[in-house]
Amino acid sequence: MKKFLILAMLLLPVVAGSKDKAIITVKGSDTMVILAQRWAEVYMTSHPDITVQVTGGGSGVGISALINGTTDIANASRPMKPGEREKLKQRYNSLGVEVKTARDGLSVYLHSDNPVTSLTLDQIKAIYTGLITNWKDVGGNDAKIILYGRENSSGTYVYFKDNVLQSADFAPALQSLPGTAAVVNAVAKDPNGIGFGGAAYAKGIKYCAVAAKTGAPAYEPTEENIKKGLYPISRFLYMYLRSKPTGALKEYIDWILSPDGQKLVAETGYFPIR
Amino acid sequence: MSPSEDITHHRFRVVEWTGETIIRLVAFLSLAAILLILLFVFREAAPLFHPSEFAALDSSIYQASETYGEIEDDALSLGTSSTAGQGIYSAEVMTGDGVSGTFGSQWQPVSDRPKYGLAPLIIGSFKVTLIALLFAGPLGILSALFVTAFAPKALKGWLKPAVELLAGFPSVVIGFFALTILASVLQTLLGLQFRLNALTGGLALSLAVIPIIFTITEDALNAVPKSLSEASLALGASKWQTAVFVALPAATPGVLASLLLGFGRAFGETMIVLMATGNAALLSLNPVEPVRTMSATIGAEMAEVVFGDIHYSVLFFIGVILFIVTFTINGAAEFYVRQRLRRRFGGG
Repeated sequence: MKKFLILAMLLLPVVAGSKDKAIITVKGSDTMVILAQRWAEVYMTSHPDITVQVTGGGSGVGISALINGTTDIANASRPMKPGEREKLKQRYNSLGVEVKTARDGLSVYLHSDNPVTSLTLDQIKAIYTGLITNWKDVGGNDAKIILYGRENSSGTYVYFKDNVLQSADFAPALQSLPGTAAVVNAVAKDPNGIGFGGAAYAKGIKYCAVAAKTGAPAYEPTEENIKKGLYPISRFLYMYLRSKPTGALKEYIDWILSPDGQKLVAETGYFPIR
Repeated sequence: MSPSEDITHHRFRVVEWTGETIIRLVAFLSLAAILLILLFVFREAAPLFHPSEFAALDSSIYQASETYGEIEDDALSLGTSSTAGQGIYSAEVMTGDGVSGTFGSQWQPVSDRPKYGLAPLIIGSFKVTLIALLFAGPLGILSALFVTAFAPKALKGWLKPAVELLAGFPSVVIGFFALTILASVLQTLLGLQFRLNALTGGLALSLAVIPIIFTITEDALNAVPKSLSEASLALGASKWQTAVFVALPAATPGVLASLLLGFGRAFGETMIVLMATGNAALLSLNPVEPVRTMSATIGAEMAEVVFGDIHYSVLFFIGVILFIVTFTINGAAEFYVRQRLRRRFGGG
């Protein structure tokens, strides 16, 4: 009982004090949840007067919350769609403010014995949609291409589909495996395999260099190339606001873009934009 | 009867009554829980049969994708004409065709034009299950026959528990074994194009099914009256002749039941097939191509699906199909076959 009283006394000022605190709500992309939480944690320790609440749910969920006015910041791992901009304009007479907060790259893995070392985006698309089924069509051995990928519940699947396949459907022959590690493992054991996922280090695989189009130089997914925007399969991680930020919101966004905030980007495994 | 005796007797009755009631209550509770789960699965799948419930949702999705016209046109110009055909087909599904959309041949639930064709999944489930039974059936039955008729007492003492121990093996362990070792071994041995395929999955699955077939067949063989085998042996038949031509035919209903229960186990198993079959929704009968089963599809996709979406209802509908198939098969094994077994030996 005594313990409970002490606890209650300790908590009371916190509960009472929260009324005077500025609350910033952040909602959206599951890809960005960990990063957004890190930002919030670190920011709140240095700014005790501000509470940052972070929830996931997906990019679409965050943006519709922004439109409905239930969140201050929408996290999105994709740009806002025209339809969403339209809705925002109808309600707030603003197309929204886009803040690029980080970069994320996606690697294509090949077996280390595969003579193919680079592919163009169009070739990767054709391979994964099932138009190219033999390695010899992209300068490799005369062997069937074995497709590995992620389950359709994964954000990586959707990202690859939206950005590389330009929303076309994956070939039915795609073998979907649980987790990037499983994809890497499968490609490492399959000389004719191809897979995609985040950065990974494993024996038996190599990164495929990717060219934006035929004739353009191909780049490997190194931190340098992704940071400079040379590696073509990379996306921005955005924050969307209804209008130009002011007050506490502005301070928070400025801090995220500052070296302190960007340091956390690298710590969580993404690439800083500045 | 003295009054004190009457009281203790009365107390005993009360305790007995309470115990009985509790046991009865627990039994009814578990039955009720099963019924409620069933009701839940059926209820969540039901919207599929009333496409109008999706109408509002559908039209909003459809509008959104219409404003995305330019991007889709881009994709089409790069693709083949067949993509356009699929588009028209699935547009029908999206405007609320409900359950009729599940007859298609493509499973592409996450797409601008989702396609919920269940054919590849249904074929996948049956393919893997049949492969598993093809291995587990003969192995399970023959080992049961060996244990009951031929094995020396000492060997029998540890062989039976050893096989039954296999039933307690976590399926995720079997799946992992298949994914990392069995798949590579089979690929090198048979020169297979795909590492993960229906054969690998079926073979791994048979490890989970063998104990079931073994145990039930063994029970059935033991239930064959001793008089039958003794009569056969007395007439000069060899051990082998007695086992194969007397004991096994007499136990046929039990053997059949074991196969049916094994089928039910294999059909519903999720983890092993999720890990070992490659999960590609191909419409093919080739046993060495990757397959995606119904159970693995639910296992992989349920976690991230949008609640109340068509995709959500379709996943529950798959659950209903799985339930109906396994219920029918297990029911047949329980009632029909057991009944016949009893009639054969009970009356005779």
